[in-house]
Amino acid sequence: MTPRRKRMTFVAGVVLGVAIAGGLALRAFQNNVTFFFDPSQIAAGEVPKGERFRLGGMVTKGSVERSPGSLEVHFIVTDFKHDVPVSYTGVLPDLFREGTGVVAHGRLTPQGVFVADEVLAKHDENYMPPEVARSLKDQHASVTRKLPDAS
Amino acid sequence: MLPELGEFALILALLLSALQAFFGIAGPALGRARWQDSVVPAVAGQFVMVLTAVGCLVASFVNNDFSVQYVAENSNSALPLFYRVAALWGAHEGSLLLWIFLLACWTLAVAIGVARLRQAFAVRVLGVLGVVSFGFLLFTLATSNPFLRLDPAAPDGRDLNPLLQDPALAAHPPILYTGYVGFAVAFAFACAAMLEGKLDETWARLTRPWASAAWAFLTCGIALGSWWAYYDLGWGGYWFWDPVENASFMPWLVGTALIHSLAATEKRGLFKSWTLLLAILAFSMSLLGTFLVRSGVLVSVHSFAADPTRGIFILIFLIVMIGGAFSLYAWRAPALRSKAGFEIVSRESFLLFNNILLVVAAATVLGGTLAPLISDALHLGTLSVGPQYFGPMFLVSMLPLLALVSVGLHAKWKRGGVVEARRPILITLGVGVVVGLAVFVGAFADAGWLTPVGIALGVWLILSSLIDPLDRLRRGLSLSRAVLGMTVAHIGLGVFAIAVTSVQSFTHERDIALAIGESAPVGGYQFRFDKLESVDGPNYDGVGAQISVLREGALVAVLHPEKRHYFVQGSVMTEASIAVKPTRNILVALGEDLGAGRWSIRAQIRPLINYVWIAALIMAIGGVLALSDRRYRTARVAAERAAAGGGSAAGTAVGEQGA
Repeated sequence: MTPRRKRMTFVAGVVLGVAIAGGLALRAFQNNVTFFFDPSQIAAGEVPKGERFRLGGMVTKGSVERSPGSLEVHFIVTDFKHDVPVSYTGVLPDLFREGTGVVAHGRLTPQGVFVADEVLAKHDENYMPPEVARSLKDQHASVTRKLPDAS
Repeated sequence: MLPELGEFALILALLLSALQAFFGIAGPALGRARWQDSVVPAVAGQFVMVLTAVGCLVASFVNNDFSVQYVAENSNSALPLFYRVAALWGAHEGSLLLWIFLLACWTLAVAIGVARLRQAFAVRVLGVLGVVSFGFLLFTLATSNPFLRLDPAAPDGRDLNPLLQDPALAAHPPILYTGYVGFAVAFAFACAAMLEGKLDETWARLTRPWASAAWAFLTCGIALGSWWAYYDLGWGGYWFWDPVENASFMPWLVGTALIHSLAATEKRGLFKSWTLLLAILAFSMSLLGTFLVRSGVLVSVHSFAADPTRGIFILIFLIVMIGGAFSLYAWRAPALRSKAGFEIVSRESFLLFNNILLVVAAATVLGGTLAPLISDALHLGTLSVGPQYFGPMFLVSMLPLLALVSVGLHAKWKRGGVVEARRPILITLGVGVVVGLAVFVGAFADAGWLTPVGIALGVWLILSSLIDPLDRLRRGLSLSRAVLGMTVAHIGLGVFAIAVTSVQSFTHERDIALAIGESAPVGGYQFRFDKLESVDGPNYDGVGAQISVLREGALVAVLHPEKRHYFVQGSVMTEASIAVKPTRNILVALGEDLGAGRWSIRAQIRPLINYVWIAALIMAIGGVLALSDRRYRTARVAAERAAAGGGSAAGTAVGEQGA
């Protein structure tokens, strides 16, 4: 092989390798990205069926229920317009409390119950996941915008 | 009084850094000898000023001066003295001050280290570091002043976040930042060389020990952070692919590529422009990481600052620094040509593949980290990218890399292939495969394909790295520190591969509900809930459980996990309890009262987890050994000689071959 051809083979190999890595990355990406939805989006049917996603909102006060001695817990996540019942089995994070923001990973059952496999906690007790904060703010804004019409 | 002094010192440091930057860059360019002479005094002065500022803030913490807002927010009179000092970097403002302080330390070390070099070059390096320092000082003073006063003063502080009240975490930020900031030195050398247009091998030789030092610190810092997450975050996770972890990991990957590429540039004068690019990229990743962490643009367990002005400032700084460096690169790179060529099977090409794989890995991590931001900005929906993406993607580039190292170690420079070393390579590979299969068949047949592959590659790598050094010793040849360091670091990588794949495959974890006296099986062990008692700490109270771990009826460990309630912030913390065994760690964390006398308990068995951090430590030791090689101590003399005798124009000559 001439040096030039050798170099071209070399470059072609590298390009091929990078292309394969890139293709795999995109594939892994498409399969493993989880989207965020709030209860209103769920009520509007925006969630693709059977897909794993992240649910965010506030834990409704007084909604946390568990049968004594069991790891299974039920609570309601709300954005003050719509509610989603959530069921989770396992240890809840330290910062999980009624009336605070929460993000849960899981799937929606056909009955409309969100079965979470992970409930997230953050370092800071005042912390609210930004998407929850924004979603709640949007809801709030749209509620206040509607008020003048109602009066 | 002290806070004002500290702020004043910071302002002086800002002015001195401006002088350092201006004289350092303009002095050699315009040939003003007196300008150049004033750079080192500016460096020294800036160091003293920054040290004064740090001292003032530490004093405010130690004296419980709650009229300082930062102290009031991150300390408390009940906080032990040790944590009052460590609280300095407990939040955004102090972390930045730490960043600046460490940069000042590095700069001072560089000023001493390059003192005997040609003045124009040394001064340029310091000038570039001055620009970096100026940016960060300006950022601190403009948006994140740690010395702001509270009026009226707070009666007591809001306490340090309980999660940060831990010895490992007290040490984690300084070590991690030392690594982060250290890449500024390699960056400064690269920029200085480009400003000068003199890009010969001397540049690479000078940069190598600094890059290795930064890399070693970064390795330790990341490992320490992971260790802390494992035992202090409470739930036994050790790596989350969290954006902030990624932010520290990307410079590590690029930095690893850099130290390998520097080897080829130093030894053979190859990949000059690529090495320059990596030096710029490594520091860019550090800056990008700082931006991601400090601007609060990403959802992360670490992001404590959510102030848009800060984000915009760092973004502008990032663009100026990286944009400037790349413009310089675009200006100078066309002049870079390597004389030497190399064969497809040679050490050079293996190093090149190493670089490609590492950069690809860094790129996939970067893509996954930035994807949520991009998707959000383009209104494509709010998404998150988790371990399901990062884990497999990382393996795609890392598994081939492990195999490449085992073979590439035996490739000669320039040409010659690996034919001579074929026997040892194949024998070690055979041993690796046998061990991997033995583990697979013998112990953990249910574990999936990853572990045998990881263990085989790890064993192969360890044995393969030992061949050459052992052969040298057997023949009575000496072993240079550089070769020794490389061997040690590669063994560390092998240990890491074995440990991490084992952890990923063989971890048993279960949440269980137990009443006192009850027990439940997890991963071949019985976990028995013995009793519950109350605990009292200096600034917390809570409950503690006693849990006995049994295997086939025999007591293995007695663990005492706690649920703590910290008074000042009112926060609840899970203190996991861990039994450390040579081959595995058993972790128990106490959940909550489930009613009916039962508590939720997380039980987790992670095999070889300690070796993940030990491996990182071994790698870092390898880095330190390599940089202590004799030739770097004599490098300065050599560089002087080259400068005196040379006078040859910028790294010239013909057609770069290879990539």
